[in-house]
Amino acid sequence: MNGAIGISALRVALALSFVGAIALVAAARRNSAALRSAGFAVVYSSFGLVAIATLAMLTALISHDFSVSYVAQVGSRSTPLIFTIISLWAALEGSILFWAFLLFGFAALAARIHRKEPGHSLEYASAVLLGIGAFFLILLVGPANPFHVVSPVPLDGPGPNPLLQNHPLMAVHPPLLYLGYVGFSVPFAFAVGALVSGEAQDDRWVRGVRGWTIAAWIFLSAAIIAGMWWSYEVLGWGGYWAWDPVENASFMPWLTATAFMHSIMVQQRRGMLRVWNLNLIVATFVLTVLGTFLTRSGILSSVHAFTQGTIGYYFLGFIALVLVASLALVAGYAPELRRGGALDDVLSRETAFLVGNLLLSVMTFTVLLGTLFPLVAELVRGVRVSVGGPFFNQMTLPIIVVMLFLIGVGPALPWRRTDRAELKRRLLAPTGGLIVGLLLALLAGARDLYALLAFGFGAFALVSNVQEFWTGARDRMRAHGEHAASALGRLIAGNRHRYGGFLAHIGLIVSVLGIAASSTFKTEREITLAPGESVTVSGRVFRLERVWGRQDMGRTSIGADIALVSGGRVVAHLEPEQHFYESSDTPVPTPAVRSTAARDLYVNLMAFKEDGSSATIRVLVEPMVAWIWLGGGIVCLGALLALWPRRRRAAPALAATHPPRASHARRAARRVAVEVTS
Amino acid sequence: MIRLRRTGLLAMAGAIVVTLASHAGGAQQKPATPAAVVAESILDARTREVSSQLRCPVCQGLSLQDSPSELSQQMRDVVRQQLAAGRTPAEVRAYFVGRYGEWILTRPEPHGFNWVVYALPLLLLAGGAWVLVFAVRKWTTVPPPLAGAGSPSGGRGTTA
Amino acid sequence: MKWKFAVGAAALAIPAVGLLGFGLTRDPGAIPSPLPGRLAPTFALPAFTSGAPTAQHPGPVPAVDSVRLASLRGDVVILNFYASWCLACRDEHPVLQRVASRYVGTDVHFVGIIYNDATRAALAWLNEMGPLPYPSLDDPGSRAAIDYGLYGVPETFFIARDGRVALKHVGPVTDELLATQIESLRAAQRPDAPKAGSP
Repeated sequence: MNGAIGISALRVALALSFVGAIALVAAARRNSAALRSAGFAVVYSSFGLVAIATLAMLTALISHDFSVSYVAQVGSRSTPLIFTIISLWAALEGSILFWAFLLFGFAALAARIHRKEPGHSLEYASAVLLGIGAFFLILLVGPANPFHVVSPVPLDGPGPNPLLQNHPLMAVHPPLLYLGYVGFSVPFAFAVGALVSGEAQDDRWVRGVRGWTIAAWIFLSAAIIAGMWWSYEVLGWGGYWAWDPVENASFMPWLTATAFMHSIMVQQRRGMLRVWNLNLIVATFVLTVLGTFLTRSGILSSVHAFTQGTIGYYFLGFIALVLVASLALVAGYAPELRRGGALDDVLSRETAFLVGNLLLSVMTFTVLLGTLFPLVAELVRGVRVSVGGPFFNQMTLPIIVVMLFLIGVGPALPWRRTDRAELKRRLLAPTGGLIVGLLLALLAGARDLYALLAFGFGAFALVSNVQEFWTGARDRMRAHGEHAASALGRLIAGNRHRYGGFLAHIGLIVSVLGIAASSTFKTEREITLAPGESVTVSGRVFRLERVWGRQDMGRTSIGADIALVSGGRVVAHLEPEQHFYESSDTPVPTPAVRSTAARDLYVNLMAFKEDGSSATIRVLVEPMVAWIWLGGGIVCLGALLALWPRRRRAAPALAATHPPRASHARRAARRVAVEVTS
Repeated sequence: MIRLRRTGLLAMAGAIVVTLASHAGGAQQKPATPAAVVAESILDARTREVSSQLRCPVCQGLSLQDSPSELSQQMRDVVRQQLAAGRTPAEVRAYFVGRYGEWILTRPEPHGFNWVVYALPLLLLAGGAWVLVFAVRKWTTVPPPLAGAGSPSGGRGTTA
Repeated sequence: MKWKFAVGAAALAIPAVGLLGFGLTRDPGAIPSPLPGRLAPTFALPAFTSGAPTAQHPGPVPAVDSVRLASLRGDVVILNFYASWCLACRDEHPVLQRVASRYVGTDVHFVGIIYNDATRAALAWLNEMGPLPYPSLDDPGSRAAIDYGLYGVPETFFIARDGRVALKHVGPVTDELLATQIESLRAAQRPDAPKAGSP
């Protein structure tokens, strides 16, 4: 019953999508309001149908309806309810259904939100979204059908992959990731819509697209941080980023989207970089599809690989179509859109953004090249090579360090033109921060060039961005007589875009500092202990108390009880475990992590004697790991703030007629004016 | 600003060359006093370094050093044993390449066609920077409509 | 809309799509080995079982307590890495049992080596699956496995009379594979190097 409802709903949605896309294109070309309404009706009803199919799948999962093939694949009576629900996206077919649900949801939301806007780009954009949705529906009724009928109906299923049941973050990472990936379809669709309808000539579409881009970016940032955190807590090697192809696939659109969010500011203010921005948003979307392709085609082996099979060819066809169409559209319309640009000053925020865009693009290209190079090398040389962490670290660290510098310099550079003396004044404190950061790192024992540069420029950028809040609040206090808290609050509320951006910068810097510290100052030791023996790592004593075993439903756990001893007393217990599941022959490690703001103590159980007479453990002491997750949270908070719609409408007019001028006497008042115009 | 940027780019390129020619530092170790323990620490550090340059054959994308799998532990023992017997890191790597193929290295040896993966990003950076410099020059030399003939500042900001 | 630019840009997509399409045609898990053509790495390992008579070869099986690869030079050697915890090894076990039984006492030697397994568990597995008519060796520390570039089980190496690795096969072996390989390797001429004495 569930299966029949599900697949029928999907089939009807597929047919409707084609009809709707055609209707919407016709509506735009003929300027027909009737076709327009019909088209939007299709968007809403397609979403309704896909929602019904998703609900049917959820019902089947929760009620353990093993007649549905997907439930037979990932369901199990012994799985707790929460994991049963999240097994909706645990395997290939379910994840595609979930993707389609989100995509049609966003399409419906976009149609609803933008329905009153003049022009025809919304119709084309909705048609594009229906087209993308149609592709996923084709997969769902074809090679990735989750609603196949299983007969005879099995009594029970194997349950989802044990790795997915180990940690609550696994519930959170895939939905966030899909929200991010699918979210970028909307700006892409609007870009295409604006191009085709001729509305890319003015910059209206950029304003509409900004909100969607930032929202998708927030989801993607949260997804990446959640993925890193989960990987750290679960996989047992004490690291959080392995430059795995699928990790890279989520990182690349994040990079291009970051570039896009900054360069559309230049487009909005100066009317420049139109074609470049279109390329960026196309690249972002193509990279998200590439990411899905890499996960599901089996083309590169990866921790994330779902499966191999014919589905890869479907994705390849889709990528080809998207690439060819987008490249053709942008290149074809480019000459009309180019209108030349002008910058007032080489030293300006616009230039900083341009340099930032260059660096982000080079970084994206480097990661893409490294990820795909094994394929290229095999094609050309016939030899298999690996491109792993050391390559990516070596090639991206220099760029990251320069980016940190830019994040520090950017806020100090005004739009249009810079008073050199003012710039020097603004950079004074950050330069102090640079020196302090370098000294602290040297004192702590860092000797690696890039580590030192990262700490130095990280401190530089941190002081620079915090200074914006500080001086802004201080000037408000002087100008309006407010006290600190309300000055800060009104400052931020008065220009959420600006200060949200600075807050996001601060979050990013905090994360980068955490990454730099935890890798530079990491100490690790691998040792075999008998019960009662202890090992000292970085001044902390770890004593093995005993090795134990336990049988749960569906899994056997072996654990080691490690006592953290300080001053002769047991301060804490760390219990790393290994879980042996029936469905897999390799055990799933569960390291024990003790986090404080200053450092993480991380113990992983590597091996043990079956009689419990010894255990081999790996102990890591990594400073400032918690800062990585905290920084991620701050990034999302800042970006959320920047997403908030502006209240004032007068601001753009003010910028055009009163460009800021430096003057000693009016510096405080000017700062308030600058906030409004930024 | 252009000078700054050029210097910055040169510094970056230089840094990349330096990194290519040397090994990035690993964890910082404070040697303990007894000689035997010091020797073990140095061997530990060298094992860790060479193990980071080899990948775990049964894992996805983890180096020999990072991987907790049993085969990785055994391979690390082989690395340690060979280093202790006096082999150089290059010889140890060559041993594994002879058994597993080039795939066992965590990054491609920079010779022959493999140079592409190291050189292309640098070329793109250099090319992009050149285009950017060119474009910024073009964009900042368009005279603003109201600039007077004798005005010293023109399109540039005032300097104090 | 400038069509020339459009078509030109669209053409850029072709190499990218071509590369990804090429990627779809290969299996990222199958790593080519550098060993074929090279001398097989030597080993001398203790045997935890000499093998036992099987249904196809009910006669006695020679007793050995260790195997040195060097001593088998001049003959054909089929080296099979397996483990009791390996599911695919179950598929190839009856094939090995059947084919190896035909060559007991001839110039074709089968040798098994367990990989990351306890001899106790392997013996229990052989008990359950049925005996093999050839010795199984223990490989402490996986030195031999690493020497042979092992990244999974089962893997089977076909070693020619001159001591060179002729073929590495990843995954369970089949009757056809064994038949063709053994016959072509047997047909090769014996090298003149004297045998170093029987084990």
